[in-house]
Amino acid sequence: MKNKKAETLEDAVSRIHDGATLLIGGFGQPGVPEVLIDGVCDLKRRDLTIVTNNAGTGHSGIARLFEEGCVAKLVCTFPWAKESFVFKELYDAGKIELEIVPQGTLAERMRTAGAGLGGFLTPTGVGTDLAIGKETMTVEGKDYVLEKPLHGDFALIKAYKVDPRGNLIYRKTGRNFNPIMAMAAGHTIVEVQEDVEIDDLDPEVIVTPGVFVDTYYVTGWYEIGKERNAS
Amino acid sequence: MSDEQTNLLTRQQIAARAAQDMEDGWLVNLGIGMPTMIPTFIPRERDVMFHSENGLIGMGPPPAEGEADQDLISAGKELVTMVPGGAYVHHTDSFAIARGGRLDCAVLGAFQVAANGDLCNWRLPNQTSGSVGGAMDIAAGSKRVFAMMTHTARDGAAKIVAERSYPLTAGGVVTRIFTDMAVISVTPDGLVLDEVAPGLTADEVQAVTDAPLIMNSVGTIPIAA
Repeated sequence: MKNKKAETLEDAVSRIHDGATLLIGGFGQPGVPEVLIDGVCDLKRRDLTIVTNNAGTGHSGIARLFEEGCVAKLVCTFPWAKESFVFKELYDAGKIELEIVPQGTLAERMRTAGAGLGGFLTPTGVGTDLAIGKETMTVEGKDYVLEKPLHGDFALIKAYKVDPRGNLIYRKTGRNFNPIMAMAAGHTIVEVQEDVEIDDLDPEVIVTPGVFVDTYYVTGWYEIGKERNAS
Repeated sequence: MSDEQTNLLTRQQIAARAAQDMEDGWLVNLGIGMPTMIPTFIPRERDVMFHSENGLIGMGPPPAEGEADQDLISAGKELVTMVPGGAYVHHTDSFAIARGGRLDCAVLGAFQVAANGDLCNWRLPNQTSGSVGGAMDIAAGSKRVFAMMTHTARDGAAKIVAERSYPLTAGGVVTRIFTDMAVISVTPDGLVLDEVAPGLTADEVQAVTDAPLIMNSVGTIPIAA
């Protein structure tokens, strides 16, 4: 069996290179792979494109990636939350590029990337600023915007349990974008609370089959959203 | 209690009125802010489930002290609970529910609603950028969209208008408007004034509305004692 388990954080993330596009899971704080993000910060990579729902909270997690100058572009749905002040400061200073995407469209663009499709037609955004420059089509009398797939070089996701094949289950609203991002990247890296033996996960409830998982790193439980010192 | 000086409904009273329109068996998405006050006012005998676009079908009230779970939040990023019979889904399923017409209703805040049902709630005209979140998907796909808002802006400007001047969220989607002054239905004939707050007249509501209101039989918004 292919060994997908990384023994150290550095082993899990060191293949991430400058200029890479990273799909980073999470909505709010649940499901954000905070440990992996800290690992990327420690590598001091530059010019990353980050695809994620929010623009970071406080100084930890994704906000730390911004603060340490690792990110050239953010693709997200909700950049202007109060807690995303680190991003705002960089954006206002012209140091970071922003692409705003409706949330369902962001999810579906990654799903189509993972599913080998060339895009999709959505009623979301028709006639709005976010459809400017995009093709629109009328199908059976209804207007749609053509949206294109969104691939990542890497997906950084968080799961609840993993088995040695890389099969995953998630926890509550920590699921969010994580299973979609797992499908949409060239290399998917998972931080996971707990690893279990083969057959310990019921095949009927596995959410992400191991075929979408390349590397996993076991973190144990931790309190989310807490500022940690760089390792 | 209503504000005696102005006869405007409180936020709770607007929520209580909107809650009366939530029908038994509905799946409903609530936008950030005022709409999140609706669940406590749903009549007990009605089975209404709440969808939160971050992957929660069957969202319940905030947790009791000591029972919070860090992995269980609403789209507004508040700690919440799940009701019995709920389900967790990932983001593409959550938005298939929204776009695919499985939401019976979405109750959303609004900066501006036009007479044709255009909804503007994601970006102010003087901002170069906004936080769209799931608003466009939910507004475009929900079977009904209720706008819930103050009747006028803080500076007194009308928020219900003949034609929108704000950036569009979704075109022609709003079906009903709940404000601190009135309940208004969006119909093919135009805006119909269904109810006004106690102490207000239909003409007073029309005076702060920048679109003609059809006034056939205007009722009074019932206020719980």
